[in-house]
Amino acid sequence: MTTSSPKLFSETIQPHSLLDVKNLNKNFAGFQAIDGVNFHLFPRERHAIIGPNGAGKTTFFNLLTGHLQPTSGQVLYKGHSLRQLAPHNIVRLGLARSFQLINIYPRMTVFQNIQVAVIARNKKHFSFFKSANSLFQRESEELLELVTLVEEREVIAGELAYGKQKQLELAISLASNPEVLLLDEPTAGMSTSETNEAISLIKEISSARSLTLLFTEHDMGVVFGIADQISVLHHGKIVATGSPEEVRNNTTVKNIYLGDGATDGQS
Amino acid sequence: MEPFLEFIRENLGSPGLAILISNPQFAFIQLLNSISMGMNYFIIAAGLSLIFGVLKVINFAHGAFYMFGAYITYSVTELMGLSFFWAVLAAAIGLMLMALIIERCLFQFIYDKEHLMQLLLTFALVLILGDLAKIIWGTDQYSVAYPAGLAGATNLGITFYPSYRLMLCVLGPAIFIALWLFIERTRWGRITKAATQDRDMLSALGINVPVIYTIVFLIGSALAGMGGALASPFNSPAPGMDANIIVECFVIVIIGGLGSLWGTFVGALIFGLVFNFGSVIVPNAQDVFAFLLLLIVLLIRPWGLYGRAESEGQ
Amino acid sequence: MTDPIDRAGIILCLISLATLILIPAVGSNYLVDVTTEILIYSLFALSLNVIIGYSGNVSFGHAAYFAIGGYTNAILLTTYAWPLVASLLASITVTMFITGIVAYFCTRLTDIYFAMLTLAFSMLVWAIAFKWRSVTGGDDGFVGITIPEILDQRINFYYFTVLVVVFSTWILWLICHSAFARSLLAVRENPTRAGFVGINTRLMRWWAFVVAGTFAGLAGALFAMLHRGMYVESAFWTQSATVLIMTLLGGMFSFFGPAIGAATLFLLERITNEYTEYWPTVLGLILIVILLFLPDGLVGLVTKIRNYWTREH
Repeated sequence: MTTSSPKLFSETIQPHSLLDVKNLNKNFAGFQAIDGVNFHLFPRERHAIIGPNGAGKTTFFNLLTGHLQPTSGQVLYKGHSLRQLAPHNIVRLGLARSFQLINIYPRMTVFQNIQVAVIARNKKHFSFFKSANSLFQRESEELLELVTLVEEREVIAGELAYGKQKQLELAISLASNPEVLLLDEPTAGMSTSETNEAISLIKEISSARSLTLLFTEHDMGVVFGIADQISVLHHGKIVATGSPEEVRNNTTVKNIYLGDGATDGQS
Repeated sequence: MEPFLEFIRENLGSPGLAILISNPQFAFIQLLNSISMGMNYFIIAAGLSLIFGVLKVINFAHGAFYMFGAYITYSVTELMGLSFFWAVLAAAIGLMLMALIIERCLFQFIYDKEHLMQLLLTFALVLILGDLAKIIWGTDQYSVAYPAGLAGATNLGITFYPSYRLMLCVLGPAIFIALWLFIERTRWGRITKAATQDRDMLSALGINVPVIYTIVFLIGSALAGMGGALASPFNSPAPGMDANIIVECFVIVIIGGLGSLWGTFVGALIFGLVFNFGSVIVPNAQDVFAFLLLLIVLLIRPWGLYGRAESEGQ
Repeated sequence: MTDPIDRAGIILCLISLATLILIPAVGSNYLVDVTTEILIYSLFALSLNVIIGYSGNVSFGHAAYFAIGGYTNAILLTTYAWPLVASLLASITVTMFITGIVAYFCTRLTDIYFAMLTLAFSMLVWAIAFKWRSVTGGDDGFVGITIPEILDQRINFYYFTVLVVVFSTWILWLICHSAFARSLLAVRENPTRAGFVGINTRLMRWWAFVVAGTFAGLAGALFAMLHRGMYVESAFWTQSATVLIMTLLGGMFSFFGPAIGAATLFLLERITNEYTEYWPTVLGLILIVILLFLPDGLVGLVTKIRNYWTREH
């Protein structure tokens, strides 16, 4: 369904994709939010989904993680259909996500926020008599170090600064030890310095843990700072896929951004 | 296991079912009993459902409002000697006034609080209002006479049936239609309906949402008072009547789907049918039937027959 | 949220335990009776808090499981003359089993729908207890429960209750400080996030419900023995509301809060009834005060005062 020029269409080059989306449609009471999208995510990619506001980025994301059910079409992760799978089962397959709005446990400490995810990954959340306090301390602390939140270990998560909460959320997603990490607007609402820190953090972590990354973003600085593949979503369709350089020079993409006022298209 | 089997033996052999099948007249009376009871319950439960739909508060004190309606009817007819019609009106207006005080002094502070808090605050009201009724009317059980003109029975061709209960069979649907017209056809109704969807949008449009809340609460409470007044001739005003009715109303609105007027109507009818026919088939087990019915409905439709799924379920 | 196992806490626990052991030696019969009943209600309230405080779902029908435990114990001890230990274990098992079924349905819903459904289920239990006269005694209650002779002695029964309640509290304490409880708190705080780290949120809430119901059943079984009878009022929804108020009064964000709330409310009721018949009004006012001014209950109040005091000095 891609209407992009053939040279940007790299589907046939890499054989084993991790995530395959086939002819995905999502209709909200007459409004076609996602319109026949085909999409492939390959191992070790850092793939960004961009597009003007209202292009359907978040909807697409929620369809991928089973947060929304598609009207038609398929989402396959390593060949398994994710349809009707509960979130906890999707995570078990190796697919973790973060959210656009902060999604942490606000009344628990930073350490506990991460620890819970580690407990869940080790399937110890049904241990009724295993004392929680010292459980998986080292592993949780390593994650704290990774996202540089060691000093905030005992802070109540809801009281953290915004950027730090985002970092915490990243750590929570990482705690489930995913192969594929889906980040919805990882830097939304951050200050410039926080954003720059986040970019280097995400890059560093994804290469250190050989993660495959899929993220949506409206800040082009972040997109070109992190991504090695970019897909452009417009009116529910993917209109171009390719390397940052290719997308930057794509005429359709230029038209979309410039034609639509280019409010968030400039980097 | 044995007492259980005995229980079954005792009750399944009951002649109720046989009579029901062999005597259509008896079955018809049961049907009318079901409808009149269902309609009385509808009037009360509609208030509860309306308040939940807009204010998102489950009002435990709704049963106490009902009880006050019944007591007021007793006072107006038996003590002041006015006619039953005025008593129903007095009950509705009296409850509106009471609701106004409660809403202004208490409820308006809790709309943005957690649901648990709201629920418990209305429970605190149940406790206090129960004592208040005891202070005013004591602990006696009163009887209220059927209104003149409706005290007898009407010839329906097949059978005679109490006129008062027939009146309920007509009044219930009339109130349903009136409420429906109010919500669907008037400006206020549309605003009320919009308030169930998106409060913030309404305030953004410059509509005084708190006033809508107050009005809805008053109307809902008036329905409870009216329901109590209408029930008083066959359900003698007495302490404790509030605790029973509220749970039955909960059953009805949950079966129908919280916040749905049509659902409440259907739920009330089903409740009436199950309660009456259930008690014919297995005497004295009507409560068990009512709650079993609820269970079955929820098994099939967790949010009730006409309810919508919670927006943020798990 | 969690009680740190600090030295002060341990000392407080030991003092409480010592007081419990010494009460019969120094106190009157009346005091022994009151303490027995408070202990039972404490266990009841502590069990409820597993659902409310830890899983964040408000059960408005917790009395049902109390009643199921009580009636089962009453019937097995008296009608079938089972030995005490077998009867108690069976009461717990039966309650656990029934709670499991109810929880299956209730955990499909959340928030207010959950509360309503638990209420409806408890009323089903009430209706059955009320109508099944041949087994439960209906509205006359199940009277004349036979208990082992050795427990007929007031003091013996008191120590028996202390033993059972303290042991159960210890088990509950372990559960409430386990990996399970920590994950449960995460489900309470943010179910979506908890789902996306791999926690089956519904199953977690199911377990919380079952744990809570089971210990309520045990409390009910003790209650039946204490009063040598079980009555339908114990299953009525207002009883569920009472134990809910106990939990809130003490403070649902601390482990021992509900027990403190149970003791406070029970004593307040006894004292109020000396002076006025309008205890419900007093209870209603207490409830309003907690809701509007003491969201964290008495434990929260003490913490606040202590924080204030330490800051001043």
